Amino acid sequence: MRGISYGSRLGGHRKRWTRFILPGYTVLLLLFLIAPILMMILYGFNDIPGIAERQSAKFFGFTLDWYRRLFEDPLLTGAVRNSIFIAITAATLSTPLGTLLGLALGRYGFRGRGGVSFIIFMAIAVPEIVLGSSLLAMYVQVGAPLGLATILLAHIGFDTPFVAVTVRARVSGMDRSMEDAAKDLFASPLVAFLRVTLPIIAPGIMAGFMLSFVLSLDDFVITNFVSGNTTTFPLYVYATQKMGIPPTVNVFGTVLFLAGVSIALFGLFRGLLKGKSAAA
Amino acid sequence: MATTTVPRTQADLPPIRHSAWGITARRRLAAYGLITPGVAWLMLFFLIPVLIMAMTSLKSGGVLEGYRFTWAWSNFPTAWAGKGHYFVRSLMYAFLTAAGTMTLAYPATYWIAFYGGRWKSTLLFLLLLPYFVSFMIRTVMWKFILADIGPVLGPLKDWHMLPSGFRILATPFAVVGGLIYNYLPYSALPLYVALERIDPAMIEAAKDLFANRTQAFLRVVLPLSLPGLFAATLLTFVPATGDYVEAEVLGSQNTYMIGNLIQDEFLKRGRYPIASALSIVLMLGMVVLTSIYARFLGTEDEVVAAAVTA
Repeated sequence: MRGISYGSRLGGHRKRWTRFILPGYTVLLLLFLIAPILMMILYGFNDIPGIAERQSAKFFGFTLDWYRRLFEDPLLTGAVRNSIFIAITAATLSTPLGTLLGLALGRYGFRGRGGVSFIIFMAIAVPEIVLGSSLLAMYVQVGAPLGLATILLAHIGFDTPFVAVTVRARVSGMDRSMEDAAKDLFASPLVAFLRVTLPIIAPGIMAGFMLSFVLSLDDFVITNFVSGNTTTFPLYVYATQKMGIPPTVNVFGTVLFLAGVSIALFGLFRGLLKGKSAAA
Repeated sequence: MATTTVPRTQADLPPIRHSAWGITARRRLAAYGLITPGVAWLMLFFLIPVLIMAMTSLKSGGVLEGYRFTWAWSNFPTAWAGKGHYFVRSLMYAFLTAAGTMTLAYPATYWIAFYGGRWKSTLLFLLLLPYFVSFMIRTVMWKFILADIGPVLGPLKDWHMLPSGFRILATPFAVVGGLIYNYLPYSALPLYVALERIDPAMIEAAKDLFANRTQAFLRVVLPLSLPGLFAATLLTFVPATGDYVEAEVLGSQNTYMIGNLIQDEFLKRGRYPIASALSIVLMLGMVVLTSIYARFLGTEDEVVAAAVTA
């Protein structure tokens, strides 16, 4: 990391009022980014009158009803459960696949390396709709019944390249002499890998896992093509948004948001502590 | 050409340092062993599906009697007939999205990278906060914010600052706005990474050489941030071209993009060959455009690097 961590990297601030332009602009941009999140949280408390349980753009007043009735709609609860199950399973299975790819690409020169890199690049760069429609074309061709299984297979497929590039970046950046040192100290290749290499690249693997989890949890386009009658959370929101989403969608969104932010902050905080103890 | 290239990664170095043949062979075997499962999976769930889709695009038949492979090249002109404007519209929206996200993100990431100080990680975290909410919910929330009598337009109309018939929803403005919103972080991250890498001493040096503020920016900062701009373009333009959710949720029939068309043909009308033909055209178009772009402005390595650091 860079040495200067406090204040400006460019020395003294300008004295004129113009020095407020950029920070002011940055705050406005952040507000623009956060606005729909605030809307989501606010509308989870929307006290919709009458028997209508659908959101419109109108905010009527505060209620905690939707938090109390969170699990009332089995379709929505099932969709959230499916989403979480798919995200965890796909991330767990794509992580080893991608890690091995990343390791091979980061450590070894081998015939076909360029080809493998290219396939991974393409799998990341091709628009999602192309991936989704091509998977559907294949499932139709082989007559696979669409459902949870076809969604999972597709998710593992689009997660794996992301894990591979994340791990590869970590492997390429690591100091190979550490491994050599272990071998000089008579560690077998396996022991050297497990006790030296693996701990060094573990953050990359973890990042790959988290990225997969988030990508799978939030995926709409590919899932929409290969889901058949199975519903996930984004699919449920998409299906209900024309008539108006139920406020419980906002509540689920808020709960997932808070859970994600807590985990991220916890990770940052722990990283910070670790960094400090390492520096001390 | 006798140039010395600096190896970028460990893997670009000569891979084998031990000279014994046995170790060489074992290393090579190890590499193939490592890639086999992943490559097999990518073959099964990326390459083969694309090939099958290419095959599907050459089938003929009907929804009821089924489709058979007949080298039906006519699917391509059929799919294209009267649909060209969907492609044009998608490319235009995607161009506006890429340009818009970069214009919006550049000043902010510039400020964070050079003046963020100890607030850097907090500001970055806030920049990434949208990732913690399902993008479908975020898009639906924009629909609420921009609604005809919503929290923004409602009061403005009550105060007679806008005519009561004025609307943003269902216009191209709402769709492009939604696209810019959703892709902004994809643009901001590579820009931030590129700007953060610039050594402030370079700018000091420019100023010591009598460059004014504008010259220092145009001739030092901007060129050095080009890899970030390059990655940001690809990370926003390509996915935005194929996107169709904003066009449906925030737009109307008049804002439909190529993605909406492909989805409707596949999932609503079941015309698989036509849908496949459209999808193939979209894919090839993107591959050609990105290759030309990469050829002139950078390499795919930079995109991957930016995507990863992001």
